[in-house]
Amino acid sequence: MGPGVAVSRVLGGRVMPPSPFHPTSFRLDVDEFDERASLVVVGNGMAGARFVEEVLERGGGEQFRITVLGEEPHGNYNRIMLSPVLAGESHEDDIVLNSHDWYADNGVTLRAGVRVERIDTAAKVVHAADGSVTAYDHLVLATGSYSFIPPMTGVRAADGELLPGVYGFRTIDETRAMLDAVGRCEKAVVMGGGLLGLEAARALQGHGLQVDLVHAMPHLMNVQLDAEAGAILKKSVESLGITVHLDVFATEVFGTGHVEGVGLADGRRIDADLLVVAAGVRPSTDLGVRSGLEVERGIVVDDQLRTDDPDVYAIGECAQHRGEVYGLVAPAWEHAKVLADVLTGTDPDAEYHGSRTATKLKVAGVDVAVMGINTPERDDDEFLVISEPKRGVHLSVVIRDDTLVGATLLGDTRKVAFLTQAFDRGAPLPEERIRLLVDLSDGAEEVGVAEMPGDSQVCNCNGVTKGAICAVVADGCTALGGVMDRTRAGKGCGSCKSLVKQIVEWAADGDLTEDPSASWYVPGIPMAKPELIAAIREQDLRSVSAVFAALAPAGKEDAKSKMGLTSLLKMLWGVDFVPEKDGEFINDRVHANIQRDGTFSVVPQMKGGVTTPAQLRRIADVAEKYEVPMVKVTGGQRIDLLGVRKEDLPAMWSDLGMPSGYAYGKSMRTVKTCVGSDFCRFGLGDSTQLGIDLESRFQGIESPAKMKLAVVGCPRNCAEAYVKDVGVVAVGNGKWEVHVGGAAGATVRKGDLLATVDSPEAVVTLAGRFMQYYRENANWLERTYDFVPRIGLEKIKQVLLEDSEGLVAELDANMQRSVDAYTDPWGQDGGEPSTPGQFRPSLPLIPLPEVPVR
Amino acid sequence: MSLTELRTSTAYTVGRVEEVPPGEGRAFVAGGVQVAVFRLRDGSLHATQAACPHAGGPLADGQTDVDVLVCPLHLYAYRWSDGASTSGTAPVRLYPVRDVDGDLVVEV
Ligand code: SRM
Ligand SMILES: Cc1cc2nc3c(=O)[nH]c(=O)nc-3n(C[C@H](O)[C@H](O)[C@H](O)COP(=O)(O)OP(=O)(O)OC[C@H]3O[C@@H](n4cnc5c(N)ncnc54)[C@H](O)[C@@H]3O)c2cc1C
Ligand code: SF4
Ligand code: FES
Repeated sequence: MGPGVAVSRVLGGRVMPPSPFHPTSFRLDVDEFDERASLVVVGNGMAGARFVEEVLERGGGEQFRITVLGEEPHGNYNRIMLSPVLAGESHEDDIVLNSHDWYADNGVTLRAGVRVERIDTAAKVVHAADGSVTAYDHLVLATGSYSFIPPMTGVRAADGELLPGVYGFRTIDETRAMLDAVGRCEKAVVMGGGLLGLEAARALQGHGLQVDLVHAMPHLMNVQLDAEAGAILKKSVESLGITVHLDVFATEVFGTGHVEGVGLADGRRIDADLLVVAAGVRPSTDLGVRSGLEVERGIVVDDQLRTDDPDVYAIGECAQHRGEVYGLVAPAWEHAKVLADVLTGTDPDAEYHGSRTATKLKVAGVDVAVMGINTPERDDDEFLVISEPKRGVHLSVVIRDDTLVGATLLGDTRKVAFLTQAFDRGAPLPEERIRLLVDLSDGAEEVGVAEMPGDSQVCNCNGVTKGAICAVVADGCTALGGVMDRTRAGKGCGSCKSLVKQIVEWAADGDLTEDPSASWYVPGIPMAKPELIAAIREQDLRSVSAVFAALAPAGKEDAKSKMGLTSLLKMLWGVDFVPEKDGEFINDRVHANIQRDGTFSVVPQMKGGVTTPAQLRRIADVAEKYEVPMVKVTGGQRIDLLGVRKEDLPAMWSDLGMPSGYAYGKSMRTVKTCVGSDFCRFGLGDSTQLGIDLESRFQGIESPAKMKLAVVGCPRNCAEAYVKDVGVVAVGNGKWEVHVGGAAGATVRKGDLLATVDSPEAVVTLAGRFMQYYRENANWLERTYDFVPRIGLEKIKQVLLEDSEGLVAELDANMQRSVDAYTDPWGQDGGEPSTPGQFRPSLPLIPLPEVPVR
Repeated sequence: MSLTELRTSTAYTVGRVEEVPPGEGRAFVAGGVQVAVFRLRDGSLHATQAACPHAGGPLADGQTDVDVLVCPLHLYAYRWSDGASTSGTAPVRLYPVRDVDGDLVVEV
């Protein structure tokens, strides 16, 4: 983990330097007295690792000495999630399924980075590329697939390797290499219009590359979709800004030393400095072939996943069962289960009979679900199609003899649950066939969940049924996270999460085992917010530890409640709050935002996004003096100094001499502004000054979740006020609109118009009143985009504009108290730490920053 | 059975108890190993490896209660009793730590 080695870092590798007390590989020779049979797995991918988990779950650790040999140097990771990693939506650390430590902790020897070359089935040993020879009693091949590179002139360099700039899309290393390349590239060609190609194209496009997608077939995703659905998908993909070329082969790759372009069969040439080949995968069978096993398309196995050698098995994408080779993770995981049953003797007669592939995917941002056939095949097949090309929606079902034999849902997968179980189990279909595809009576989503029979599958990746989820709920586990942990539902590709949530909600209601903690403000105190506030006021509780002592069961503190309580107490008590550092999250303890390597980011306040040459000079000097790894203009119209060592923070603040911008807090963050009437030829009001005034008044005010504001000088909305927690828009004649509950983050919601007022002062008053109402009534971490619809705009209008509950004076006064209590935290403990060692390094032996230096 | 139990440990004085404020953690180096030492609100002392087993997060910057330590980066929690993760990742390594006349003594 040294600085600057990000590209070769082992994913899920050890964090501590390897010590002699944690052997990874010498177990090999330590086993003379070990009577356990030797179980060797080749391939540490999704099937291999799951198989090991399943064996351990069945107590197989006692029976077997397990060795896993895998060509990739990493721990086991969720390959499905490479698409979001490539898109920059997930971090690679978050897709680790089993780290190296996990293997060690479970007594499994992982020899990662070791390719197996040959099996000697007579001697029952495997020979690996590192020269080692490993004996086995049972051998499991889980070698997966590799990217197929179609023959194209020039695609490989003289040494047989892919021409630099050409990538497959199968492994984390390929993904990292592409991520590394996107910064240097401008134009990408993606070959292949199937799932992987579309995902790659979308991801690269998101990195700002111009993307051309070349697909040899007449429509996209031709394996899963019919021509009409394919055409609609094409439109959705094109609307992302991706150019699609159909029905044409790429025949040539141009460039010497690095890819420069791609030649198509029709003579066209597309320039590109990056080429992704996603033209399908092929099972990795070479090991089987070389070792004399029966191999057709995949390594041939029987219903117990056994090859033609009685002690050698194959699972996952490298296996061919009853003529089928699968390209999805669900069958691979079913293989793992059956084989674990067989080998551990849990169920020696377990058999695998094939998987029905109902697929639910999100492809290039579009929801897709397919099962069975996609077009009618017989004269009397019923075929129902709803096509709305404008909305990118195409739904169809094929019915034969009153049973569902196929369904394709594109752009709208709300009916997938019912269709999947009708398809799997031949459940009776509604007379009015159209009800299969749309809810005529509306609001029927919940009925959908209730209707589903218990054995219908919800999570395809992990084979979890509605019944299994309900059982866990009935057992008292009603938190979505808990249910997901225990059933593994939603832990593969994640596309079923919302369905899992619906089922949990439904099951919890019906079984009256609803988790009361759902309504608590923080998990450790059994009270909803109004009750909690009343108790805090009544008992005069001014510190986090006082709250725990008085209100928590048995007076027990709870780490995950501390931050929420600190925020609430600060709001309630203002200057009379009794601070306790351990009640704060690290960001609030050191007034900066923690980064992936333990360094921090520093964002000075820059009201309304307005700065001065002097400020900029000071920031520049500080950045140089402290060797700040990256200086970046933020999306909040200010400047971020990233990768700062904790111990440098106080000195940096004092050199900056600017207040904190609170970019780390659950608090008022920024007020973005546009140039407004002073400069802009369309400006209708002085948005810049009003933004500065708002930011000056509400700076640093803590709240249940972030509050982001903006003011614009006209409805052109250049500073995005329509999508802010509070957004203010000048509409002329001195009038200003105040919008609330907007956001353009993980949730995109246009704010609701709360009122149109006559002066900047009225804006400040109303904004303050709204924010105070939100502070007093929102749940912990509930942004205004959830709060406003939950309470209802009408109700909020009545309370704030008509004073229907007589609260307005109190709201204004409470807000004023918070405004008065504001002090700049950087001024506070810059000079003198507020606790001993407040700014001491927490990873004293690791030279920081480890984040890259730009 | 494991080699870990066979090795001998050495005790190091890494600092004074008052260097770790109540409820918080601070990192120290004990015999070439970085450790995070915590003083809980109930007065008890605990020590763990300094870097989170999940992705190397600075555990001394985490939040605590009498049961668990919560890493600041991805909020995985680790139990004081045995170091096990409540979220199913690898456990955190615990080191014995005690207060000897106000000195923090850690065994690694
Ligand atoms: C620095 C910045 C990105 C940039 O380089 O421009 C940024 C960086 C982070 N954002 Fe952001 N956000 C930044 C502007 C935004 C914006 C744009 C804006 O403010 O106009 C949004 C969308 C607007 C919104 O929130 O409605 C935005 C939506 C988010 C979200 C999604 C919140 C949601 O509920 O939808 C998160 C995650 C969260 O809060 O849980 C997040 C979280 C984060 C965190 C704090 C993640 C974290 O907890 O560590 C990032 C800190 C990085 C770091 O290591 O310092 N950031 N983030 C921007 C700082 C603005 C500032 O000056 O204060
Ligand atoms: C970008 C992407 C997105 C995907 N999206 C989805 C999705 O949404 N839904 C879905 O169901 N599936 C999806 N998949 C497919 C899914 O990842 C695979 O079905 C799954 O990984 C198959 O598991 P496996 O163990 O058979 O193969 P793999 O996970 O590929 O594992 C095989 C492992 O064996 C190793 N190996 C090969 N040969 C040797 C050897 N000789 N010696 C040692 N080790 C060897 C390889 O290095 C590899 O680590 C996606 C795949 C990719 C690449
Ligand atoms: S919002 Fe209006 S005033 Fe502001 S920059 Fe845009 S056009 Fe000009
Ligand atoms: S690094 Fe500790 S939880 Fe991720």
